[in-house]
Amino acid sequence: MMKLEAIIQPSRFESVKDALREIGIEGMTVTEVRGHGRQKGHTEVYRGREYTVDLLPKIKLEMVLPDGVVNSVVETILKTAKTGKIGDGKIFLSRVEEAIRIRNEERGENAL
Amino acid sequence: MKHRGGKCFFIMALMLGAMVLEAATLSARQTTTSSPTILSSATPPYAGSPATSEKQENSRAVNEKLAQLDQRVTAAQSSADNAWMLVSAALVLMMTGPGLALFYGGLVRRKNTLAIMMQSFMLMAVITVMWALVGYSLCFGGNGPVIGSFEHAFLRGVGAEPNPDYAGTIPQMTFMVYQLMFAIITPALITGATAERMKFSGTVVFLTLWFLVVYAPLAHMVWGKGGFLNASLGGKFPTLDFAGGTVVHISSGVSALVCALYLGKRTGYPRQPMPPHSLVLSFIGACLLWVGWFGFNAGSALASSPLATSAFAATHFATAAAALSWSAAEWVKNGRPSALGAISGAVAGLVAITPAAGFVAPMPALAIGFIAGALCYWMVTKVKAIFGYDDALDAFGVHGAGGTIGALLTGVFAQQVINPIYGAGKPVGGLDGHWGQVGNQFAGVLTAWAIALVGTFVLLKIVDAITGLRVSEEQEIEGLDITQHGEEAYNLES
Repeated sequence: MMKLEAIIQPSRFESVKDALREIGIEGMTVTEVRGHGRQKGHTEVYRGREYTVDLLPKIKLEMVLPDGVVNSVVETILKTAKTGKIGDGKIFLSRVEEAIRIRNEERGENAL
Repeated sequence: MKHRGGKCFFIMALMLGAMVLEAATLSARQTTTSSPTILSSATPPYAGSPATSEKQENSRAVNEKLAQLDQRVTAAQSSADNAWMLVSAALVLMMTGPGLALFYGGLVRRKNTLAIMMQSFMLMAVITVMWALVGYSLCFGGNGPVIGSFEHAFLRGVGAEPNPDYAGTIPQMTFMVYQLMFAIITPALITGATAERMKFSGTVVFLTLWFLVVYAPLAHMVWGKGGFLNASLGGKFPTLDFAGGTVVHISSGVSALVCALYLGKRTGYPRQPMPPHSLVLSFIGACLLWVGWFGFNAGSALASSPLATSAFAATHFATAAAALSWSAAEWVKNGRPSALGAISGAVAGLVAITPAAGFVAPMPALAIGFIAGALCYWMVTKVKAIFGYDDALDAFGVHGAGGTIGALLTGVFAQQVINPIYGAGKPVGGLDGHWGQVGNQFAGVLTAWAIALVGTFVLLKIVDAITGLRVSEEQEIEGLDITQHGEEAYNLES
């Protein structure tokens, strides 16, 4: 089992979600987050005072996947979330030791 | 504040009515050969002569009719004026809540939204009560040069009868309640400078005292009978202030500066960003201010008269011009005109035209607006940064500066064709050739600045000793909504 965390542009979220549904991925947890990597923020001016807004709104997708589908999910996200500009985000993958479904206590990939 | 056109019109109507009546009576009495002066009551009575007695009867009937007509004309004018003045009073209250509350509420950070709105609302309550007890009387009672008297304390003698010194066609009760709305918004304007760091208790105590010590004397000097700055009721330095450039805007704006300096900067200012939390709220607030200001300025004609129309138009033109000039300045400077800039410019225009509204023609109004928009832009973007005071929501930059330039320009642009306040044909402002008026305006401006500076400083010292003025740093960081009121503006997840 792998945990996938993807931070993407808010404008690409709907496309990514639809594309994932097409390859059969239904479950995901989505959070609206703020942050930045190499992307510079923008400047806002209120009555002459300039504020540099460097924490930009992003969408974070989290999902835990059976090993077999990880590659296709990563490819799908890469394809649909890319705009080619700085600020498109990142994907992180990590091993997951265990998953337990609370309703019936199923364990492992069956719980996903 | 004078209206002559209306009176002329009614006198003419009265004369016309008398002529019609006279003609009708004459045609009914064809047997009478010569027609005596009907209005004359000096006709000696010839008892025993039936013809003369009939004539007398007729004359009395006509006189009665005329008296009735006179009464009805007065009543008609009174009810027309009263309708407009009651609407105006409501419009001016709308400027504080929701107008100013939304305008300021949107400009603060989210954690201080309710606190700043609550300050405006609490003033609606506190000043109203103070007004009934002593406030109205201190502003408009008696005829002293500096402050009113206790003549109308507890609203004694304030009823349906007009007070001919101020507004001869409307019940004094209407005049009283209209002026009350000005007394409410003036201290509320100051909360823009103390925003996000002043205690609620300190704010209420300070502004209540401020109303008694700064507002009431100034209102009496400029508008009260005998006040030494009063232009229409025998002031030594007749200052033209149609709707409150000195009384409302200079007083609150300059006091705001003193408050900002006394309280010190907000924690983190100017290092930490403090952008407005909702310009949508501010936008709605500013639009309500614009609309409400018609009650403020056009209502200050104190009658539903052509002068009210003139003030209405001047107000509108100046506001539009100021919104444009602030936006243009911003466009040139930042490459983009902002919504906050446009609405701030509009408010600056409204402030600057306030003293001038009932004295200037539309073209000078445009000029006043253009100048005020650019000046206030410069005040809040440049001057504030140079001196480094934290006038959080720019109460001084907009009201202090806009009020001052407006008061001075009133002396330049006032014209007797708009408002012959010194008598028919007598020059009023610089455009009429009476440049001395600019000097009078200076006297008014200096007086207002002086009272605001000294009064505010002394009161801040006193209130600081009683309740304290500033919240603790922890409370400031947590926000005034929670620490002062125990609630939050937005519980969107609940």
